[in-house]
Amino acid sequence: MKQRHVISVLVEDHPRVLTRITSMFARRGFNIDSLAVGRTHLPGVSRISFVVEGDDRTLEQVEKQLNRLIEVLKVVDHEGPRLERELALVKVRVEGIEERIELKEIAEAFRAQIVDVARHALTFEVTGHPAKIDRFLEELSNYGVLETMRTGAVAMDRGERVIKLRARREAV
Amino acid sequence: MTGAEVLLEALVREGVEVIFGHPGGAIMPVYDALYHRKELRHILTRHEQGAGHAATAYARASGRVGVVFATSGPGALNLTTALADAMMDATPLVAVTGQVPTTAVGTDAFQEADVTGVTMPITKHNYLVADVNDLPRVVKEAFHIARTGRPGPVLIDLPKDVQNDAFTGDFPEQVDLPGYRPTYKGHPRQIERALAALSAAERPVLMVGGGAQHAADPIRRFVERTGIPAVATLQGLGVVAADDPHYLGMPGMHGTVAANRAIHEADLILGIGLRFDDRVTGDVERFAPNLKTLIHVNIEPADIGKVIEAQIPVVGDAAWVAERLAEGAGPLKIEPWWRRIRAWQAENPLPFPDDGELRSQAVIRAFGEATGGEAVVVTGVGQHQMFAAQFYPVKKPRSFLTSGGLGTMGFGLPASIGAQVARPGETVLLFDGDGSFQMTLQELATVSKYRLPVKIVLLNNGFLGMVRQWQDLFYEDRYSEVFLADSNPDFVKLAEAYGIPAFRVERREEVEDAVERVLGEPGPVLAEFRVKAEEGVFPMIPAGGSTEDMITEPPEEARS
Repeated sequence: MKQRHVISVLVEDHPRVLTRITSMFARRGFNIDSLAVGRTHLPGVSRISFVVEGDDRTLEQVEKQLNRLIEVLKVVDHEGPRLERELALVKVRVEGIEERIELKEIAEAFRAQIVDVARHALTFEVTGHPAKIDRFLEELSNYGVLETMRTGAVAMDRGERVIKLRARREAV
Repeated sequence: MTGAEVLLEALVREGVEVIFGHPGGAIMPVYDALYHRKELRHILTRHEQGAGHAATAYARASGRVGVVFATSGPGALNLTTALADAMMDATPLVAVTGQVPTTAVGTDAFQEADVTGVTMPITKHNYLVADVNDLPRVVKEAFHIARTGRPGPVLIDLPKDVQNDAFTGDFPEQVDLPGYRPTYKGHPRQIERALAALSAAERPVLMVGGGAQHAADPIRRFVERTGIPAVATLQGLGVVAADDPHYLGMPGMHGTVAANRAIHEADLILGIGLRFDDRVTGDVERFAPNLKTLIHVNIEPADIGKVIEAQIPVVGDAAWVAERLAEGAGPLKIEPWWRRIRAWQAENPLPFPDDGELRSQAVIRAFGEATGGEAVVVTGVGQHQMFAAQFYPVKKPRSFLTSGGLGTMGFGLPASIGAQVARPGETVLLFDGDGSFQMTLQELATVSKYRLPVKIVLLNNGFLGMVRQWQDLFYEDRYSEVFLADSNPDFVKLAEAYGIPAFRVERREEVEDAVERVLGEPGPVLAEFRVKAEEGVFPMIPAGGSTEDMITEPPEEARS
């Protein structure tokens, strides 16, 4: 059965490491729904979040093929309770005061911020679960959406669970 | 020390003795440094692909890491086929390629290609070295990655300015790769489960692959102790000796009936060092339909459960695990199973038409008998390769060198060079087809240059025989673009032009004398056998089929 998975990957922050990963996904026929990358508090270590859809067998291969890559330090499929967030910027055309008010109401309902105001355009910033952002964009679709940019989901386990890196150890 | 000198020093520290390669502009500083390091033997090939396959065969025949040099751009790109080949067949290789200077990288400079980008999916790992002081660490890591875990090729792209830069760093003693820690020791609990499942099995079969070539000793002890029927994939040939009574032959597309039937009926398969390639399984859904337990031993976790679900996965080194299995297992009580297998064997010998016509099977068998199965056999890709796998009785591990995963035509001749360099005292027999041979025949010059006593057995049928066979069976005899005989060179004259003695054999009754003549030749020799063109490799399970679809004999019309 196909399921949506959010996977965090800790990688060595080397040139082309992202290319290695995305090229492997493409070659093995794994589809990436979204992807986000950033540095971590650990020097030289970056963290990548993927949202992928697949059955258990595909996910097992995704994890194993990721682990095969030399620069991949850790792969975690967030299966338990997790925090999942995405950020989006959305620019919407506004005609007249009525629309402006309606849009503001929608924004409030989604706790979106208006981060830029122009004569004929409003720009919203919204964060939350990707599903919430989907719904926000759906609401806005009745208006003139001019531009959207989504970051892709980032995730972390709830509670005290953390992704631990194995201590650096000398090998032969 | 310059970067080029550092590279060679690092190679010497890794125990490298032989390098295969071809120079060019962007790797000239390395070749200049090589001029002074006489302890490193360099084998100059006539094409980088040849150097790559030679290094591959050297690695597989010796158990060491093969090393290959090439220049930037076209030189490195010519290596790619050999890298992909080594990747598929899990061969430890370190390739060093020259690159344009760091200041020119990305400017479409002369002979520039994005070699790390191009080779990313066909290497186990690769490096672009931007700082000369990183070089010793990179070389150390490259060798470590190439030879450990599932072995594979590692490429080091070395810009020309870095080769000239002054080195001020250190040579590390150890590697630190936090993301790379292959598991060597199989989990004791899994090994216990495997032993229990084995002793309970009624119809067990052992399957060994290329990943078991270094584990032949414990595997042979395990077979001896348990009495388990054993099959070996194309890359696993020689792990169990061909004359071992437990050995049933090769499974898969051109495997023996007994091997394929045994797998079909098996309730337990112990697979060691193989990855269930589609040429072995055919239709995965119909593969081994009576299987209850697959014990899959592989050092690469991603290869377990990728094709066939394993009830008992064992991540670990084939030799380590086989040793534990050999210690822990007792004789299996499987007499009824053996009776069935013996019946399949008796009823289905490999088809060996010996009707007076000159056929590849008879030639290969004659060489097998004359060498007692003790030669290092190298092949190209095609019908001759399958005939060699079927009819040469490989007795020793690391002694059947062939391109399995990638199926690279042209592998044979350069690979025979690497094999002979690795095993100078042994007979290296190259079985090649006229099509495959012509893809890399320029390496005759390399054979000649180093007077390597390679025995080249050219099975010339004047066709791309394997393609022709498929056209016979699946494309209603439409022989589209497979005819070579009208334009093949005179192979005897060709070899002689390179200073290699050669002769031609056209009749069946000349075979035994020809074999003697080839093996009696102290140096290199090429024997061209004009074999029957209308010949197929059988048995055959069509691609995507199962044991039930096996064609055991050529169709009537093809025999005439």
